[in-house]
Amino acid sequence: MCGICGCGSPEQKQSHKFVFKREHQHHHDELDTGRLIQLEQDLLGKNNTYATQNREYFKQHKIFVLNLVSSPGAGKTTLLVETIKALNGQFPIAVIEGDQQTEHDADRIRATGTPALQINTGRACHLEALGIGQALFELDVKDNSLLAIENVGNLVCPSSFDLGEAHKVVVLSVTEGDDKPLKYPDMFHAADLMLINKTDLLPYVDFDVERCIGYAKQVNPDIQIICLSSTKGDNFSSWTDWLAEQMHSQI
Amino acid sequence: MTNLPGANLHLPEGCMAGIAMHELSLLENVREILEDHAQSQKFSKVSRVTLEIGKLSCIEPEALRFGFDVVMKGSLAEGAELIITELNGLGRCQQCGQNTVMEVLYDPCSHCGRPLTVVQGMEMKIKDLVVI
Repeated sequence: MCGICGCGSPEQKQSHKFVFKREHQHHHDELDTGRLIQLEQDLLGKNNTYATQNREYFKQHKIFVLNLVSSPGAGKTTLLVETIKALNGQFPIAVIEGDQQTEHDADRIRATGTPALQINTGRACHLEALGIGQALFELDVKDNSLLAIENVGNLVCPSSFDLGEAHKVVVLSVTEGDDKPLKYPDMFHAADLMLINKTDLLPYVDFDVERCIGYAKQVNPDIQIICLSSTKGDNFSSWTDWLAEQMHSQI
Repeated sequence: MTNLPGANLHLPEGCMAGIAMHELSLLENVREILEDHAQSQKFSKVSRVTLEIGKLSCIEPEALRFGFDVVMKGSLAEGAELIITELNGLGRCQQCGQNTVMEVLYDPCSHCGRPLTVVQGMEMKIKDLVVI
């Protein structure tokens, strides 16, 4: 059967116009001139192989890795800066920053005395596992440490690319809509923890925390949720306690 | 605006400049996979590529079609036909064990209303090739 138009027989010889005027010619007779090779190969196979290698490296070196994802401006970098301050050297931390351009975020992390490497993805809208593997050669990530990977601000593409992390953590700020989990379900489905950030601004915005949590649970019944404010410190210890507990249980 | 060629395209939101760059990344992966197989399976030209894309996979088939010619230009699949087979989303209920067709990731069980575990619909595969 034709995978595009669904027609089942060689008699149906009409062609079909598609978006961008791409004309789909029927292919039923083409096998006469070519050889069919069954592949059944995952498009993300290479990335998944690199991610598996990264995960193996992290396991050997007892490095606990988080992949932080959000839309741009949700507060990932501020969250990391305040996390580094709050943990106050309890365990070594290193940070990989992903942005299309600039060293700004890595500079903010380095200002805390924490090693950070900036990956500029250029035209790409997400980090890939190969880039993380290469970053490990350049960044001094100590054994028994936390490695935080701040992905490119984007709630779509990074959900598909495994980096070898232990968990994806999705950050959603209350200045965004409380229906983001339904609008971008892939990311909330892929994440193990949702941080609802900037809760100090709740009095000024129309954001229903309970509704947001309900939507997130609808997409991912197992997702854990912590509400906090990075800048004001509200409930921040729930997050750092979660981190410390994960560090101890997984390393 | 509605007369522009891309006016009817529904690309995923969240990608800069309206270009779905993860689809482009995936197409680059397709090209690499073809080049790998060209050596091991001894072919020099690909005339047809069939992809299998799950409807829950956050991949937009139209974006793949849009980028395919551009990414394959200059490769052994230049001018190849692209066939995309879409697989329906399917979820199994952890409570009642029945399957439900899923349109979106948060569809509940159609029998008891509880959350579903996705069993089909996340696929992004090269299914087969026709080579010369």
